[in-house]
Amino acid sequence: MQKKIVPGYILSENREQILNIYNLFLKFIIFSGAILSSVLIFLILLIMIFLALPFFSHEGISIFSGSWNPVSGSYGIAPMIAGTVLTAVPALIIAFPLSLGYSVFAAETGNRYLKKPAILLIRAASSIPTVVYAFAGIFIIVPLIRKIGHGGSGYSILSASLVLAVLISPTMIFFFYDSLKSVNKYTQQGALALGASKSEKVLFLLIPSAKRGIFAGVFLGLGRALGDTMISLMLAGNSASFPDSAFESARTLTAHIALVMAADYDSPEFRSVFACGIILYLITAFLSITARYIYKGRIQ
Amino acid sequence: MKKILISLLILFMFFVPNLYAEDAVEIFKGESGSLSLAGGTAHIPVLKEAAKRIMKYNHDIRITIGGGGSGVGIKKVGEGLIDIGNSGRKPSPGEISKYGLELYRWAIDGVTVVVHPSNKVNNLDTDTLKKIFSGKIKNWSKIGGSNAKINIYTRDNSSGTRKVFWKKALNKGEISPKALFISSNGAMKTAVAKDKNSIGYISIGHLDNSVKGLSLNGISPELENVKSGEYKVARGLYSNTKGEAKGLERKFIDYLYTLEGQSIIASKGFIPVKK
Repeated sequence: MQKKIVPGYILSENREQILNIYNLFLKFIIFSGAILSSVLIFLILLIMIFLALPFFSHEGISIFSGSWNPVSGSYGIAPMIAGTVLTAVPALIIAFPLSLGYSVFAAETGNRYLKKPAILLIRAASSIPTVVYAFAGIFIIVPLIRKIGHGGSGYSILSASLVLAVLISPTMIFFFYDSLKSVNKYTQQGALALGASKSEKVLFLLIPSAKRGIFAGVFLGLGRALGDTMISLMLAGNSASFPDSAFESARTLTAHIALVMAADYDSPEFRSVFACGIILYLITAFLSITARYIYKGRIQ
Repeated sequence: MKKILISLLILFMFFVPNLYAEDAVEIFKGESGSLSLAGGTAHIPVLKEAAKRIMKYNHDIRITIGGGGSGVGIKKVGEGLIDIGNSGRKPSPGEISKYGLELYRWAIDGVTVVVHPSNKVNNLDTDTLKKIFSGKIKNWSKIGGSNAKINIYTRDNSSGTRKVFWKKALNKGEISPKALFISSNGAMKTAVAKDKNSIGYISIGHLDNSVKGLSLNGISPELENVKSGEYKVARGLYSNTKGEAKGLERKFIDYLYTLEGQSIIASKGFIPVKK
């Protein structure tokens, strides 16, 4: 039988078979890895739904309307949903212009000696554990807010939002920076050739072309802000009621889960936590899937 | 005669320092391994000191002490995640039977209302306290303080300190949903010390100059008053094991009941309890 010629090698029948088996085996490993991780993600959701079912069948959907008062048998998480939105959205509003400015600086307008360090700095910042941010927040932001807030405790929505804004900026800056960098070089030269100034180039060419990356970054940043636990747990004060102002304390869903986790496993409080988990899961899954879709250009 | 006396004295001198230095931690001689504790945060100062002395004596023993609150301590030890689970309340009959817990009460502790040292208020009665914590009295000026909003600090549901305070000081009264949540006795002290308009509650063992403990119905939160039973908001500090304590667990708990252990407990501001 004639031997097959593979570039670089001449393989015997035997050797080829071994190689085939080896390839199959490798494919199997990779495939099972992919299947396992995606199945796990769905399993987590299913398990949460399964564990939350007894709670829903007992308490109905009162969880979305009532207040949180386990002593009197009321397990509403509406204040926590409000707390989550009211800390994450302001954080995004604060972080967005800062991140956009920073990434334009690092990608385009900055001093050429500072551009590289600027992006390296953000890379380092993105690997700081959130508990460190929260810790710094307790000593820097909380006393400041206490002073401004006239008699408030300082543990407030505003404190948490400010620190969350710092936390989510690196995520956003990466996305913004990458998409600003990937704008076609010839188009850029064309813009300059047509007499555009540097700032006009940024405003009318770079940012519009990087639109997709910017949206994706915003969605992912929001997802991070909603999903973060330590910062809101340590800085927002965790009172389980609807806040009246930015200087008041609030509790987010994530902090709520962390706080209630200590309750008895068989108590309804503990089961209500799974409902929180489902809500958080769905929100963050929606945000990150949307972000990926936008980034890949399937949603214009 | 003189000779005998002198030699006796010398013998005694040899003996005394030995007795003093060796007795308590001596039981850890030749032991090795690790011991993990978690749960109640009121216990921490005592346990830390005990662990320090033991680990200094025997470098082969590693003792780690975590917080989390009484509920966490009971749950974790019940599930076998740690060796000793601390609680600032007696575990409920349900918890004891479910996990097969063995309880060791080694101290009595009070829980006191604390405010910022600059606060003019010194005493509260139960009724006023209930009104403050439920959010019905919102301003310090209503009870003789300065004109400022009252910031209520409370502990999370896992806390034994909270349970005791709620039961015995508030008579199971409501705690306002506006209250801020703090997760340990130590953190509560820092939070109250930093906030001029705060009110919170901590273990008496944690009381120091950075916060002011308020008298309750005219009785000041002093150890003497807790001991005499006059100050009512008191509880035992428990260390719990799953099943009978054995090995290193046993020795650690025994150590707390020795004279040295009891002196540590007293020096940290608690009332030691004999076995």
